[in-house]
Amino acid sequence: MSDAPAAQSPWQIVTITRIQKRTPRVTSFFLQPSRPFAYRAGQHVDVRLTAPDGYQARRSYSIASAPETGETIELAIEKLEDGEVSPFFHEIAAVGDEFELRGPLGGHFVWSDGDGGPLLLAGGGSGVVPLMSMVRHRAMRGSLVAAALVVSARVWDEVIFRDELIDLAERRDGFDLVLTLTREPARRPADYARRVDAAMMVQAMTRLPAPPKLAFVCGSNAFVTAAAEALIDAGVPAALIRTERYGV
Amino acid sequence: MATRGFSSGRKPPTDTGARLPPGQYLEQGFPVLSAGPTPHVRTEDWSFTLKHGPRPIKKWNWAEFNALPLTKMTRDIHCVTAWTKFDTAWQGVLVDDILADAGIEPPTAFTLALGFDGYSTNVPTKDLTGGKAMVALLYEGKPITLDHGGPARLLVPHLYFWKSAKWLNGLQFTERDEPGFWELRGYHIYGDPWREQRYTNDP
Repeated sequence: MSDAPAAQSPWQIVTITRIQKRTPRVTSFFLQPSRPFAYRAGQHVDVRLTAPDGYQARRSYSIASAPETGETIELAIEKLEDGEVSPFFHEIAAVGDEFELRGPLGGHFVWSDGDGGPLLLAGGGSGVVPLMSMVRHRAMRGSLVAAALVVSARVWDEVIFRDELIDLAERRDGFDLVLTLTREPARRPADYARRVDAAMMVQAMTRLPAPPKLAFVCGSNAFVTAAAEALIDAGVPAALIRTERYGV
Repeated sequence: MATRGFSSGRKPPTDTGARLPPGQYLEQGFPVLSAGPTPHVRTEDWSFTLKHGPRPIKKWNWAEFNALPLTKMTRDIHCVTAWTKFDTAWQGVLVDDILADAGIEPPTAFTLALGFDGYSTNVPTKDLTGGKAMVALLYEGKPITLDHGGPARLLVPHLYFWKSAKWLNGLQFTERDEPGFWELRGYHIYGDPWREQRYTNDP
């Protein structure tokens, strides 16, 4: 018998290396892990904050960066007014700060280019974050898998990663982007200004060369319910649809 | 290690804290989580099958199942995503009463709970019997809504809530402890919130 490795806490210390405001309510935090951190596009992490008296708060956040990005992990965190952890990130956290992180977590809402496609992705609000990891992974791998991403946001300035997504779509390499705004007129031709529905999903699928092999839907419970129903009404079998809900 | 600038402003009062398993926070709402679309299970299409391996032992339709003895259970529930909700009130059929109606003793030590959506989750049989678990039909006195797993969901409140399978359509006794959907995807094989058994390698 060889010596067993010493038991290691699943938590590790990460350091904030960069902070970038993405939208009025969403900010990206770039984190340097202290231990090797290998993940798949779509996975999430648990974050744990500890008060001086030992009280701890824990929340889950999706990873926005692609596994190929390098050592740094990007979390895009939306500020919830009645939140406990997100206000800490938005109001207090600074470059150089350390906190505890666990992960990567989740083995269902994940995609690698080897899984193939076509892919139909739908994200509402900050539900675009794990889908961004998939889109970036696809681009960085030079993957030829066709993918269409439908992003729903209230207004143009709340579309997280908007300019990067538009740039990626303009490559015309098999990735296409559909934006829909629920409280403003559409800005681009062929975009929408309404909540997601079956007609929109049918249109999104016409941008793919074949029916989707997998669909990923992420957002609030209301968004995921609506988008998943829309996909089913558009003819996507329920068994191909993977969902991730914030819970509320 | 303390996190710079993080204070315990939300720390629950001591009496609340004692009811919160480690790493959990108190939630007033009832969040919805699931791995796929919500299946529209109609009571006229609903059935519940008790199985030993692949072999059906007994099958009930909605009316037959609702004729079984109803029991009330009010319990705290704990989701692995870290929310806990106190005093959720359910009514349903105890697994003990299902077994009694089928006229059997549990044939194996392990069970898989099965859902209409293809979901499965494993629970040791002893965690389902002895009044510990039910097939819930009502929440707060009303039929369970579809997004919370209606018409019928498993309720095993002493384990993390992913074990309380939504859209339940059967219990299957298995010879071995067979991991279910989330247990195959990184979540703990047993899932005791008080031991914080969230992920596969947690002790």
